[in-house]
Amino acid sequence: MSQKVLLNQKEVNIILHRLACQLIEKHHNFSNTVLIGLQPRGVFLAQRIANILKEDYKVKDIQLGQLDITFYRDDFRRGEKPLAANATEIDFIVENKNIVFIDDVLYTGRSIRAALTAIQSFGRPNEIELLTLIDRRFSRHLPIQPNYRGRQVDVINDEKVIVHWKENHKEDVVYLIEK
Amino acid sequence: MSELSVNHLLGIKYLKKEDIKLIFETADHFKEVINRPIKKVPSLRDITIANLFFENSTRTKLSFELAQKRLSADVINFSSAQSSVKKGETLIDTVNNILSMKVDMVVMRHPNPGAGVFLSKHVNARIVNAGDGAHEHPTQALLDSYSIREKHGEVKGKKVVIVGDILHSRVALSNIFALQLQGAEVMVCGPKTLIPKYINKLGVKVETNLRKALNWCDVANMLRVQNERMDISYFPSTREYTQQFGVTKDLLNSLDKKITIMHPGPINRGVEITSDVADSDQSIILDQVENGVAVRMAVIYLLASKIKQ
Repeated sequence: MSQKVLLNQKEVNIILHRLACQLIEKHHNFSNTVLIGLQPRGVFLAQRIANILKEDYKVKDIQLGQLDITFYRDDFRRGEKPLAANATEIDFIVENKNIVFIDDVLYTGRSIRAALTAIQSFGRPNEIELLTLIDRRFSRHLPIQPNYRGRQVDVINDEKVIVHWKENHKEDVVYLIEK
Repeated sequence: MSELSVNHLLGIKYLKKEDIKLIFETADHFKEVINRPIKKVPSLRDITIANLFFENSTRTKLSFELAQKRLSADVINFSSAQSSVKKGETLIDTVNNILSMKVDMVVMRHPNPGAGVFLSKHVNARIVNAGDGAHEHPTQALLDSYSIREKHGEVKGKKVVIVGDILHSRVALSNIFALQLQGAEVMVCGPKTLIPKYINKLGVKVETNLRKALNWCDVANMLRVQNERMDISYFPSTREYTQQFGVTKDLLNSLDKKITIMHPGPINRGVEITSDVADSDQSIILDQVENGVAVRMAVIYLLASKIKQ
């Protein structure tokens, strides 16, 4: 098993600021927009983006939630390991809101499909967009594409992309791992 | 741990401490789900569950059925009152006939102790015991512990007294096993005639004075007197039972501390507890009902996840 650095800390930081600016370009003061990080790994990215918007770009009142998709996945009873759920926290109304889903890596698109179903339990949003740090090209099982992408990478199927955050691994870095 | 150590829920006796922890953590997520505007998840859409009730039940049956529907399972219901059991069919035949219709899981209540264990050895489906005679009622004990955990933070170290008809109660036995497994201290309290002879062997305290029992405990779980299971008179009159073992508001107010009151239902108001106790802020009886759905969803979800395709 070998690993290669796809993005280092500085590169991750530049990308996060660019993604935040792209969000402002579209959503202005976020008065009708909410950010939702997808559990488990999208919540770190979502929190980071929200912090940058608040601290560096002085956007007030960012609404941030987290959504767990475990009970909506299409591989229940199909994998070796049972699926463990995570917390969902959506303390605001999503009806008629513009939602931005935030996840670290977009791969097959199945998680996003599950998230699109899961969010319906909370109401009917006006629109839903997708922001992802890494977009693994040519690996989609479903017709799903991101609206905002950090970096597009070509990765073959037995390779894995892992995102480490300061919050859980002490550094911001994206690795490509070959099995 | 993310998987149960058992393939069926036949009794608390067969569970490990980690199983209960996993069930509670999963139930936390389902409790959030059932408080959403749309209270349903699609996880079990390809699972069929049969609810077989060979004995009357209102809330347990409703609670199981609701839990199954919230998980999107297909549900069929059966109660022995309207069935071929009356025509002399055996339990295995009844269940095998139902399983031929491609049922994955059976939730069963039966008047005979051990009916669930018997069934699990003879049929190819996951079994959930919804009460077998005076033996066990595992989901009730789980939801009781879950409600204590919710109210008091944890079950470990808490003092719980179970008051009333211990002899005929499956709720009492399952609760004793569940509470002890989680490190709580358990006492039983009731007329001597309604306390089983060898109860000491289970490591519980016995008290026949209600005031002393309530002063000792953090939580009192009040059981119903099960007249339908009594073949002889175990106490002189209901009025006398109420005087000695009924909890009133005056009694509660005269205690040194504020204890929590639980009841598995159905309540006989004015017998084991008075109306003002049942409806007081110390009572978590309706929380138990809500938690029952979340806990049953967790049990069914975790058992279903072990059915491989």
